[in-house]
Amino acid sequence: MSDKFTVEIISPDQTISKQEANEVIIPSYEGQMGILNNHIPLITFLRPGVITIKAEGEKKYYVEEGTVEFSNNNLLILTSTARDLANLDNSKIKELLQKAEANLKTQSTDKEKYIASYKLETLKEISQ
Amino acid sequence: MPSLDDLKKRIKSVKSTQKITKAMKMVAAAKLRKAQESAEKGRPYSQKMQNIILNLTKSINDPQNAPKLLVGTGEDKKYLCVVLTADRGLCGGFNSNICKLAKTNFKKILGEGKELNIITVGSKGHDQIKREYGKYLIKKFSFKDKKNISFNEADEVGKEIISLFNQNKFDKCIIFYNNFKNVITQIPQAQQIIPAETKNLKESNDENFSYEFEPEEDEILEDLLPKNISTQVFKALLENAASEQGSRMTAMDNATRNAGDLVDKLTIDYNRSRQASITKELIEIISGAESL
Repeated sequence: MSDKFTVEIISPDQTISKQEANEVIIPSYEGQMGILNNHIPLITFLRPGVITIKAEGEKKYYVEEGTVEFSNNNLLILTSTARDLANLDNSKIKELLQKAEANLKTQSTDKEKYIASYKLETLKEISQ
Repeated sequence: MPSLDDLKKRIKSVKSTQKITKAMKMVAAAKLRKAQESAEKGRPYSQKMQNIILNLTKSINDPQNAPKLLVGTGEDKKYLCVVLTADRGLCGGFNSNICKLAKTNFKKILGEGKELNIITVGSKGHDQIKREYGKYLIKKFSFKDKKNISFNEADEVGKEIISLFNQNKFDKCIIFYNNFKNVITQIPQAQQIIPAETKNLKESNDENFSYEFEPEEDEILEDLLPKNISTQVFKALLENAASEQGSRMTAMDNATRNAGDLVDKLTIDYNRSRQASITKELIEIISGAESL
């Protein structure tokens, strides 16, 4: 179908997913960003959040950081922290949540605080 | 002519060597599978990262103000060579091949009257390079106690490279490692990581993207370039780990086979000299009986 494009999520140790999608929502550095077919070439960063891939079904991944490139109808997400939400159980989330809380207090710069607070928020959201 | 006893001892010792090499081969084979898997799985990430950087290089229209990590300092005087080798020996020509390639490059660099600095990763390479180029060595890394190479180790090396770059210690950075092709072929490689190599630029499609950046281009580059360096180092480490095991497996396989051949040869010698001594004794008895 013409309104689809390829999404690849790649981490340093493996290709986490490669599929066709109609729409992908990424937590870009400056806010949520929805990407459709034929988007203009783009490079951006991710902040902690949830990537939603919409095809026939919906797939969600939790990420902490990453780089996104879109060109030629190919969306490339390079991240070392992507986790499939379906496989992420509550105890793991809680562990991450605790770490994030502790982390927030030690951050000094605005940028670090910004990232840490988003991490905390996202984790709280998905733990519900 | 060695005595029977000597031969027996030799056969025994060769046999026990064979046992060791066989065991090492098995271990290498088991480790190889794992290392190969992670090297192959890691390839897309580093390749894609490199592609992004290359595309970015293309889209830069003002080289004067572009980040130095991407386009280089514009000079060509000081070189930093990072030589990645193994921490353990007994893996055939693995370490020597990298060092040979590195040394040819060192010679060239020095021959052109340029400044050279060397960082080694892995103790085997350090030992080999220290002999001739010891005075250029500025730092060595060794991850001997690490069982698996993770991104953290690569990041450590990457950060060192970047901090040296920021101190203006070098203009160009080249890394040396073995590219894992298959179990028997590993190709020593030199890859220039600073400034980003634009050699492969023509191979990738010639379209000129103008990217939309979010946040600003500078910010992205500032974050992405150091990451790319660590990623390239990580890739090299993974390729190296797989190559090391592959190379060791082949070397140990050969050693086992050679030991087998040697045992066969020694056994024939042993039997022959045993037969000779029996014949000699018989002749002595017979001629003794005849003279009575």
